[in-house]
Amino acid sequence: MWQYTLKRLLQGVITVWFIATATFLAMHNVPGDPLSGERAMSASIRANLEARYGLDKSLTQQYFIYIGNFLKGDFGVSFAQENRQVNDIIREHFPVSATLGILAVIFAALGGVLWGALTALYRNRLPDTIIMFLVILGISVPSFVFAALGQLTLVNLNAFFGVSFLPVAGWGTVSHMLLPALVLGMGTMAYLTRLMRSSMLEIIHSDYVRTAKAKGLPPARIFTRHQLRNAILPVITVLGPAIAAITTGGFVVELVFAIPGLGRYFVQAVQQLDYTVIMGTTVFYGAFLVFMVIVVDLLYGWIDPRVRLQ
Amino acid sequence: MFSDICIDRRKRDACEFLQFGIVPSKARYGESATAEQRSTSIDSVRTAGVFFGRHRSQRTLTMKSPITTDDHFTRSAGRELARYALIAVTVLVMLMYFLNFVAGLTSSGAGGVAGAVDVENNEISIYLREEPPQMNSMLSSDVISGTVLGHVMEGLLRYDDNSQIVAGLAERWEIQGTRATFWIRENARWSNGDPVTAHDFEFAWKTALAPITASQYAFIFYPIKNAEAANTGQMPLESVGVRALNDRTLEVELEQPVAYFDKLVAFPTYLPVQEAFFNATNGRYGADADEMLYTGPFYISSWVHGASMRMEKNPYYWDANRIRIDALNVAYITSDSNTLLNLFKDGRIAQVDLTAEMLEGAMQQKWHLDRFMDGSVFFMDFNHRDNRLTRNLNLRKAMFLAQDGNELVNSVIKLPGYLPAKSLFPVWLQGMEKTFREEYPAPESPYNVALAKEYLEQAKRELGLSEIPPLVLLADTSPVATISSQYYQAVFRKNLGLNIIIDAQTFQQRIAKMNAGDFDIVLAGWGPDYNDPLTFADLYASWNLNNRGNYRSTVLDEQVRIAQTSTDTKTRMDAFGEIQRILHEDVVYIGNYERGRVYATHPQVKGVLRRVIGAEFDYTGAYIDNTGTP
Repeated sequence: MWQYTLKRLLQGVITVWFIATATFLAMHNVPGDPLSGERAMSASIRANLEARYGLDKSLTQQYFIYIGNFLKGDFGVSFAQENRQVNDIIREHFPVSATLGILAVIFAALGGVLWGALTALYRNRLPDTIIMFLVILGISVPSFVFAALGQLTLVNLNAFFGVSFLPVAGWGTVSHMLLPALVLGMGTMAYLTRLMRSSMLEIIHSDYVRTAKAKGLPPARIFTRHQLRNAILPVITVLGPAIAAITTGGFVVELVFAIPGLGRYFVQAVQQLDYTVIMGTTVFYGAFLVFMVIVVDLLYGWIDPRVRLQ
Repeated sequence: MFSDICIDRRKRDACEFLQFGIVPSKARYGESATAEQRSTSIDSVRTAGVFFGRHRSQRTLTMKSPITTDDHFTRSAGRELARYALIAVTVLVMLMYFLNFVAGLTSSGAGGVAGAVDVENNEISIYLREEPPQMNSMLSSDVISGTVLGHVMEGLLRYDDNSQIVAGLAERWEIQGTRATFWIRENARWSNGDPVTAHDFEFAWKTALAPITASQYAFIFYPIKNAEAANTGQMPLESVGVRALNDRTLEVELEQPVAYFDKLVAFPTYLPVQEAFFNATNGRYGADADEMLYTGPFYISSWVHGASMRMEKNPYYWDANRIRIDALNVAYITSDSNTLLNLFKDGRIAQVDLTAEMLEGAMQQKWHLDRFMDGSVFFMDFNHRDNRLTRNLNLRKAMFLAQDGNELVNSVIKLPGYLPAKSLFPVWLQGMEKTFREEYPAPESPYNVALAKEYLEQAKRELGLSEIPPLVLLADTSPVATISSQYYQAVFRKNLGLNIIIDAQTFQQRIAKMNAGDFDIVLAGWGPDYNDPLTFADLYASWNLNNRGNYRSTVLDEQVRIAQTSTDTKTRMDAFGEIQRILHEDVVYIGNYERGRVYATHPQVKGVLRRVIGAEFDYTGAYIDNTGTP
C-alpha cells in the first residue's frame, strides 16, 4: 500500500514537472507581448521593464531560473497585478474557489447520487422522465445562463417581496455561497445523475443482486449494500477530476457573482499574457489535479476491495 | 446464527455466502429462526423466484405482468432513498454553518450586504470593474487604480468640478518660462499625521524616473530638465530639474516653456511619496491598505483583494470640510454588466453603467439617467509604410467616403452615449472660450459612394492595378471591435468591391502586430492623459511611438512643435485647428466613435462626478440627500 502510494506520488511529481515545462514553452510561444499596453513604450523604458521581469535573459536561462524559483516555492511577481506576489494571489484566492468548488461538488454529488438512484428505481416511470428531462437541460445549458437566470430570479424575488432572501452577488457569508455553488454544481450534478442512473441499471441486473434477492435479503439492504454501494464507484472515480474542474472552471460564475476566486485570475492571466501568474496557477492547479486523482485512486481501493488486490 | 455474523461488516461476504448456502439446507423453518426471520426468508425465496421469472419473461415475451413483489422492493428502496436524502440535507445544513465560519476567516465584513446608501453611517456603496492593479502612484498606469488614487491621494494641483486646475496640496504656484515653483500648504498632512513636504515630491518624481523603477509613465516627466536623459540612464538622477528648496517650496526647471505643465502636475505619476515610509515597505508600497500613506480626502481602511475595499474619510486631509460622506464602500469587484445592473436594482450600489439593451428598462423604471463622454476616441488607422497599398492617398479617400460614421454608431454599435468621431479631437476638449470643437469645427465628411468609386479608380491607375488585392483589417476580439470590423468589411465590399480580411487578435497580440506594422488597417483607440488638446494632437507626430501606422508629415510635425513650445493660447489653438485640417485632408485615419456612457444613479446619492481626465468617477463631492425620506 505504502509502496503504491509512494510510486503514485513520484509519478505525480514528474507529471507536474512536465506540465510546468510544457506550459513554459507554450506560453512563450503564444503570440503577443506581456509588457505591451495601448501606449507605446520607448526602447529604454521597455529595457528597464524587461530587466525587472528577467525577460532580457535567454529562454533557457529563464527556464532554469524559473524552475529554481519554483523549487523554492516562489512564483514571482504578477505582470498585471504589478504589486502582488503570485504566491499571495494563490494563497488569498484559492481558498475562495476551493470553498465554492467543494460546496458545488457536494451539491452535485449528493444530488447526482440521489436523483440517479431515484430515476433508476423508478425507471421509465414519471419521476424518471421528469428528472431525465431536467438532466438534459442541466448538461446542455452552460453555467453562465444558469448564473444569470438565477441572479435575475433572485433580484425579482427580493424586489417582489421587499426583503433580501439571499445576496445578489458578493462574498463573505454562507448566504453568498448558496446560489453560486448550486449554479456551479448544476452541470456536474446532471452528469452524475446520468452516470449514477446507468450504473444503477447495470447493477440491478447483475448476478450478485439477483443472488441477494434470491437468498432473501431485505430490500432496503440489497438497495444500500449491493446496489448503491457498487453503483457509486464510477461516480467516485469522476469526483476527483470534477472537484478540480469545478474549482478551476468557476471563472464565469465567479465573475457573475463577483466572487474573489482564483478562477478569475487564472483566465485573466491567460488573456493578459501574465507570464508569472499563468505559470503559478497552472502548476498549482496541475499539482492539485494530480493530487486529487491520486486521492481518488486510493479512495477507490478503500471502497472496492477488488481494486486493492490487483 | 448467521444473522450474528452478518452484523459484522468485515465478514459480510462470508455471511452472504453462508446465508445463501445455509438457509435451505440446515435451518429448518420454525426451529431456530424467529417468526419474523422466517417470513422474510419465505418472502425472499418467493421474490427471487418471481424475479427470475420476470426477467426471463421480459426477455422472451416482453410481456407486462404486474408483479407486486418488485413494487414492494421499489417501495422499500424508495423509503431508504428518502432517508438518505434527509440525512444528506441535514449534513449539508451543518456544513453550511461550518463554511460560514471558514468564509469569515478569508474575508472581512467589508463585502457584506449593506445597501447602496447607509444614512445612519453616512456611507455609500459602489463597485469597481477590476481589482486595482497598481496603487503605487509612481508605477500606476491604468484607469481603475487612477480612480482609487483620485479618492485617496492629492497632489500639488487637482481638477475641480468643472475640470479646471485648482490648488491641491500646493496653496499657490507659479509657472514662468522654464521655471515652476510650488508652495505647499502648512496643513498638508499624510494620513499618519506627518507633514507633506517638498522632499516627498522630489523623491517620488526622481524615483519614478529612475531606470530601475521601470515606470511606464516616466515620459510624463520628460518636459522637466534632464528627465528624459536620467530616465534613459544617460545622466544621473541628481541632474533632474526638481529641487526642494525647503520643506514647503518645490522648484522645477523645465527643458523649455510648457503651456500645459499645470495640467501635467495633476497627473497621478506626479503624486508625492514619503521616502521613509516607502523604504520601510520593502518594495511592497501600494500593495495593501496599510502599505500606503494617503494625502487625499479618503484613506483605505480595508482592502480584501478581488472582493472589496473600504475608504474612510481622512481626518488629516487639509480640506476635510469639502468631503460630505464618512465612508465609501467598494462592496463588489466585477466587470459583468448584468451583475452590476442586478446589484443596482437590488439597491446595493449607488451607480451603474447601462448598455443599450438595459436602457429601455431603465426608462420604464424612471431611473435618474446621465450621460458622459469617457474621453476616448476610436478610429481606423491606416498603415502608411512604403510597401502598403494604404499609403495611396486616393485609396484612403475612397475608403473614407465609402463608409458612414453615423451609420456605424447609430445602427451598428447602438451603444448609448457613443458619438461618431468626426475629428481626432473629441467634443469635450476645452478651447479658448468654448469647447475646441465649437471654435474649430471638424471638417465635414459626407458619405458619397459615387465620389468614392472615382477615387478608387484613380487609386487603381496610380497603383497600376486592375483590382485592389485583399486588405488586412486588424482588430481585437472585443464585441465592439468585432461588430465594427464586420461593418467595415461589409460596407467596403458593397460600395467599393474591396475584399477585406479581418484579422481578429487578442488585445496584446493586436498591439504587438501594430508595433510590427503587420496590418493594412487597424481598429485602434486613444485616451487622454491631461486636459489639453495636445494629448491627442501629437499622436501622428513622426517621433511619436504611438503613431503605429508610421504617418510622416513635416507640415504636421511643425504644427505639433508649435503647440508644444508656444505658451500663447491662441497660437496653440490655431496649431491644433491646423492639425485637425491636415489629418482630415490627408485621410490619415477614419474616425469611428467617441466612447460615452449612460449611467443610472441612486435617487438619494447626489454630487457624483464622472471625469474624462483623472478618476473615472469621483465621490469626493458626493452626499446623501435625505430630503425625500421622512
